[in-house]
Amino acid sequence: MGGFLAPTFLDSEMSDFIPQLCDHVRRSAEAKTRLRIRGGSTKDFYGGAPTGVAVEMGAYAGIIAYEPRELVLTVKAGTRLSEVEAALAAERQMLAFEPPHFGEGATIGGTVAAGFSGPRRPYAGSARDFVLGARIVNGKGEDLSFGGRVIKNVAGYDVSRLMTGALGTLGILTELSFKVLPRPAAHVTLAFQLEAPQAVEQANLWAGQPLPLSAAAWQEGVLRVRLSGAESAVKAATARLGGDAMRDGDAFWKDLREHRLPFFRAGLPLWRLSLPQAAAPIPTPHAQLIDWGGGQRWVSGELDAVALRASVAAAGGHATLFRGGDKSQGVFHPLQPALAKIHKRLKEAFDPAGILNHGRLYDF
Amino acid sequence: MLNHCGYHGPMEEKNIASAPKRLAVANALAASLPGTSVLADRESLKPYECDGLSAYRQPPMVAAIPANETEVAAALAVARRTATPVVARGSGTGLSGGALPLADGILLSMAKFDKIVSIDAVSRTARVQPGVRNLRISEAVAHLGLYYAPDPSSQIACSIGGNVAENSGGVHCLKYGLTVHNVLKVRAMTIDGDVVDLGSEALDSPGYDLLALVTGSEGLLAITLEVTVKLLAKPEAAQVVMASFPDVESAGDAVAGVIGAGIVPAGLEMMDRLATRAVEGFVNAGYDLEAAAILLAESDGTREEVAEETARMIEVMKANGCTRVACSANDAERLRFWSGRKAAFPAVGRISPDYYCIDGSIPRRSLALVLRRTEEMSVKYGLRCANVFHAGDGNLHPLILYDANVPGELARTEAFASELLELCIEVGGTITGEHGVGIEKINQMCTQFRPGELTQFHAIKAAFDPEGLLNPGKMVPTLHRCAEYGAMRVAGGKLPFPDLPRF
Repeated sequence: MGGFLAPTFLDSEMSDFIPQLCDHVRRSAEAKTRLRIRGGSTKDFYGGAPTGVAVEMGAYAGIIAYEPRELVLTVKAGTRLSEVEAALAAERQMLAFEPPHFGEGATIGGTVAAGFSGPRRPYAGSARDFVLGARIVNGKGEDLSFGGRVIKNVAGYDVSRLMTGALGTLGILTELSFKVLPRPAAHVTLAFQLEAPQAVEQANLWAGQPLPLSAAAWQEGVLRVRLSGAESAVKAATARLGGDAMRDGDAFWKDLREHRLPFFRAGLPLWRLSLPQAAAPIPTPHAQLIDWGGGQRWVSGELDAVALRASVAAAGGHATLFRGGDKSQGVFHPLQPALAKIHKRLKEAFDPAGILNHGRLYDF
Repeated sequence: MLNHCGYHGPMEEKNIASAPKRLAVANALAASLPGTSVLADRESLKPYECDGLSAYRQPPMVAAIPANETEVAAALAVARRTATPVVARGSGTGLSGGALPLADGILLSMAKFDKIVSIDAVSRTARVQPGVRNLRISEAVAHLGLYYAPDPSSQIACSIGGNVAENSGGVHCLKYGLTVHNVLKVRAMTIDGDVVDLGSEALDSPGYDLLALVTGSEGLLAITLEVTVKLLAKPEAAQVVMASFPDVESAGDAVAGVIGAGIVPAGLEMMDRLATRAVEGFVNAGYDLEAAAILLAESDGTREEVAEETARMIEVMKANGCTRVACSANDAERLRFWSGRKAAFPAVGRISPDYYCIDGSIPRRSLALVLRRTEEMSVKYGLRCANVFHAGDGNLHPLILYDANVPGELARTEAFASELLELCIEVGGTITGEHGVGIEKINQMCTQFRPGELTQFHAIKAAFDPEGLLNPGKMVPTLHRCAEYGAMRVAGGKLPFPDLPRF
């Protein structure tokens, strides 16, 4: 089967895209044909293996509305993340959650479905914090719009944020609205020689002070801290913190975000530990890279999933087998039984036939 | 006087509980809760008959005031066993009737859940029970140089549990976000009596973002037992720029200009002349009464940042034709500038027997249009309207002034409000920016959403609460109700045969 392709030709054809997609999903639900939603295929490594007939979203692309003075952007889900970022950069604005791309073809829909955020996350907010609205096609083939294009909106349940990180299991994202922010006028990266426990503590202490922090990561005895804001503020904070200003700071944060640092290149299973920011180090037999001021810790190497998850959970966090490795123990941390029950019922509420991205998140 | 937002007719139907049912439910509750924690007589139930939307009043069948999780579980078990709906209540300051009791329901007051459980200065979090007042959190952590950012105007009284239910905002949310952006974890009890952690002490949690889903769910999905909030470093400095404009359009342009200059102010508020005059007679904030509109723009951050930002904002105000501009010289003056804005609602209450507050949210570019149309509606309906406005994030609070004792004014007020909310939807906005839907705006939900979305909302509720026992009838209208509302609107618009084709 050829799957479902967004028409790539005329705009007039494109306006039929969503009705056609709805038809396709409806027919697939009747036939119980599982669908695999595909943007740029840059995040296929993440979660359970994609299965089913591909629904190609890449060609449903383009910026629908962007008014810099509203701080709001609306785009079709197949739009490349790089294109979105270029449009924002032209107006000196940005997606403040600093999303990783993990490949040139990354789309904005895939970015929201995966719910990934970059180094700025603990200080500016996550992907879901900036999603204002979502148009989706649910598993019944219904075209639905939630949220909107205004910054404050509390009408109805916040379905757009629920979609963020749901890995396409609740609906096919077709159009998305974001709150965007001005790019800081200035930034600098400072480096400090510290061991991991002291680095985590220091990053947390600074976060509790009025400093323009925008990233804090530790690796191999060095804590790197990024300051972003008004020029005068960055200057004053630099003077206060001391440390060594890094020349290649920008490259470091980008390589960290994109997992291009040598740490990530080992080809070993990559575990992501999400922990309370100030949590004490979780001992592992392999080296760790700490990001998000302690909130996100990466471990590269074979680990026992059950033992790791027990120690991470005891510290108030959860562990994800982010890339590679043996997925038979589950990619994502198991849910409390009562939460698992709600998850299954929610899945049924959006996708009763269970056809959308089956098995990407959990076993449904 | 109706001292808060609004008046509407009675709810669509009233299920008056029979005396035997009241007795049965009260007895069942009294079997698991201390006797003083169960109220069933008319006099004791009176304080619970409304929330901040005081025009709607309905005493509950019975009220339960649990003191711990076991008692909450017991109350929910009674609700399940007797198929009795449950309405949770925090401080009762909500403005949309979200905590309005049901005549055949249990009112579950969370007032005894009033402890700050723990404060972690290093991780900058606080675990608090849902009945803790919003402002109390900031007061409790002030000595650490920290605070809790969302600051709804009712913050001295409103509870954090209610804030989670409503996803409350405040004057600083353009920069610091709403409740959903400032909460890490909600420990909640489902109607089944299961205790679940939504979110976590970490920055995310596995699976669906149920924390986001439950925030703003108006008590329809679960009962909040504990909230872990994020605390922020108190800014080193803050300053307010106050600027006067000869018309609302140029004030609107200045707002766009500030954002366009790459500034995200901590607060950006507009008031029109009717509002400033009402306020000035009340608190003496020092407002320019000749101005058609004034803007208050606050900058916060490091000293250097604030100095740089306020200078740039003053430039923008001047470039957009402001007639006067002042900058707060010290904190006392800054608070004085804000005092007027914060007193706007009660001040308007002094110049009119009643007022009705609207909470529409619009794209900022439509501001001038919406204000102009509001003025036209004001003439059309013969009612004055004062405009206060969270200009930075597009959240309007027009206050329609009326007198409930003058025959017809109520009905005209409702028609005015309804037309204005529909205008908000028409320009791409929403019927509620921060006050919630509750019972007040339930009809407008029929305009904001199509049947498909509403059906999806009902399915979401059913995933948490299959029997529909938690705050039923609020926030999401039934399709049946929408059909009736649609027919009524068509009748009001004099289209007696809506099915006939029209050209």
